[in-house]
Amino acid sequence: MAWTRNVLRVNLTSGSITHESLNMQWANDYLGQRGLATKYLSEEIDPKCDALSPENKMIMTTGPLTGTMASTAGRYSVVTKSPLTGAIACSNSGGYIGNEMKNAGWDMVIFEGKSPHPVYLYIENDKAELLSAEKLWGKSAWATDELLHSIHQDPLLRVAVVGRAAEKGCLFSAIVNDLHRAAGRSGVGTVMASKNLKAVAIRGTLGVGSISDPAKFFKATEDGKKILAENAVTGEGLPALGTQVLMNIINEVGALPTRNHQEVQFEGASEISGEAMLEIRKGDGKANLTTNGACFGCTIACQRISTVDKNHFSVKDKPEYHGNSGGLEFENAWSLGTDCGIDDLDAITFANFLCNEDAVDPISLGATIAAAMELFEEGVITVEDTGGMELRFGSAEALIWATEVTVKGEGFGLELGKGSKRLCEKYARPEISMTVKGQEFPAYDPRGIQGMGLAYATSNRGACHLRGYTVASEIMGIPEKTDPLVTDGKPALVKAFQDATAVVDSAGICVFTTFAWSLEDIAPQIDAACEGDWNAERCLEVGERIWNMERDFNLAAGLTGKDDTLPKRLLKDVAKSGPATGKANDLHKMLPEYYELRGWSPEGVPTDATRSRLGL
Amino acid sequence: MNITFKLYAGLSQYLPEGSARNAINLNITTLETACSIIEKFNIPKESVHLVLLNGIYLDADERENFKFKEGDILAIWPPVAGG
Repeated sequence: MAWTRNVLRVNLTSGSITHESLNMQWANDYLGQRGLATKYLSEEIDPKCDALSPENKMIMTTGPLTGTMASTAGRYSVVTKSPLTGAIACSNSGGYIGNEMKNAGWDMVIFEGKSPHPVYLYIENDKAELLSAEKLWGKSAWATDELLHSIHQDPLLRVAVVGRAAEKGCLFSAIVNDLHRAAGRSGVGTVMASKNLKAVAIRGTLGVGSISDPAKFFKATEDGKKILAENAVTGEGLPALGTQVLMNIINEVGALPTRNHQEVQFEGASEISGEAMLEIRKGDGKANLTTNGACFGCTIACQRISTVDKNHFSVKDKPEYHGNSGGLEFENAWSLGTDCGIDDLDAITFANFLCNEDAVDPISLGATIAAAMELFEEGVITVEDTGGMELRFGSAEALIWATEVTVKGEGFGLELGKGSKRLCEKYARPEISMTVKGQEFPAYDPRGIQGMGLAYATSNRGACHLRGYTVASEIMGIPEKTDPLVTDGKPALVKAFQDATAVVDSAGICVFTTFAWSLEDIAPQIDAACEGDWNAERCLEVGERIWNMERDFNLAAGLTGKDDTLPKRLLKDVAKSGPATGKANDLHKMLPEYYELRGWSPEGVPTDATRSRLGL
Repeated sequence: MNITFKLYAGLSQYLPEGSARNAINLNITTLETACSIIEKFNIPKESVHLVLLNGIYLDADERENFKFKEGDILAIWPPVAGG
């Protein structure tokens, strides 16, 4: 349906809800979703504002392809200023709610101010109202989802919700939709809860319309689906093993951060891998993986649906967790498993269930627990701090305990909920925090994958693999193989991935399509759906414009080129095993060239010529 | 000499009996190459994508000509990706 051209604006302070037309000039320049919502946010808030104050705004946004018949076109994003990093936050989710928002007739919903009491937004096509959430406050995301379905008596209602962690101020709270999908990173759920907004429930029945050239669109999307189906990664690999296929690969190449990045290979990796999820357990005779699943309109279907062995200590007396639920992605298996030195597949699967149940980012949670474990092993944190729990690497009991107290916002969980950076600063050991711009790393060690060091350091939302996933090239050979241990050519590679990803994130489709699609495959779908001419070249320029706009937001928020760095551990302490033995990340060899390629000053500021070229 | 041979993801089915956690010990002659081992285990060539020797990627030429040494680890994947 391309753009609906309709924006819903919700002022939570006054309770007023207004409709307005989408700014089509901005849509032409920034496409939609990530790009377009960041443009709105940049124009409407002071980037220096307190992320948890009423001055911050939060935008739920779709792309022009969201809700259409293009493959994976169920994506939506949440754009706001992050309380975790102080930088721009843009968290992307699948499931079904993005499609529902579009089917209700809205490109985006802008939330501003702060409600005087807990509310949720109910949207049914063009009807939108704020309703009391007094009875929902204090409930988990899953319990809230169930209650909303009961209240509205509509099984097809789609719900995005925050859990107890966000209410208690956990800085890496997510917004969970459809129970197991999440706008996960950078604390977007914390912002939502700070506005006393518990949930957004949407029912959209208006259907698909306003495709610019329907016949051309049918052909372009059909061609795209054929490519995905015939590609070995999107047609076979991801449906079979999901992202968890990476656990053994990344360990083999010596780039699997282990025990808070103290090592780069984990002896227990195979026990918690995608392959291990297929093996029959001794306890109950079942495999961890029940089946795969798909988000709206997706022809890849990488989702994991899993169970925990009902005899496992974590769920033995909790029958409510014995059924199928959202299973492990590689990032979560890494953060809750490898980074904490834990090879207990049932324990990390259960910890992941808890993250979904209370809408917490499992990457930041696992990485923060890992930092706490290192502080405990060094005697900096003691049982007096934890209330008796020994937070040791490898302890599944400690993982479950730390997860439970954090997602519920209890006791020491309130400390963990502040994230790795603030936790380590509190205990005067900031060097132990594995973060960039205050956000915890994902599952690739930049000593073993050099380009990812630059991608992390320059990511506009702090340490993140999804802003420029050069792992695809450096390890998997997509679109072509590059050497992960060298820095040559990496600045250009990182820039290309960053710009292309910004377009994909703005279109309403999933970034996993890019394992098979190039912009030459994506542009015809956008072109047929939207007004105007959209070719790959224009898409790439839009991506570069978005990247620079996000950079400008961060600079205006007070970040500088000095924030484009990595923890000393990754720059000075060399890898002790695997192919990267003896290597640290050589960021200093890549960053100046990257700035130059971007058209930025040596201090990392876009030059006037660059801004002019991109129309910023 | 002895090497460790690993097959992952969709290639696991080509591992012989006795393998554990996707790996098995192989006793090979000095003449063997990655390509000859791939052929010996009937792995479809189009399914062979990532070939790692001790974690380091082997290109097509190296797969043909690289000679093993005692204790090497040869690991192979079909086309895969994630994130």
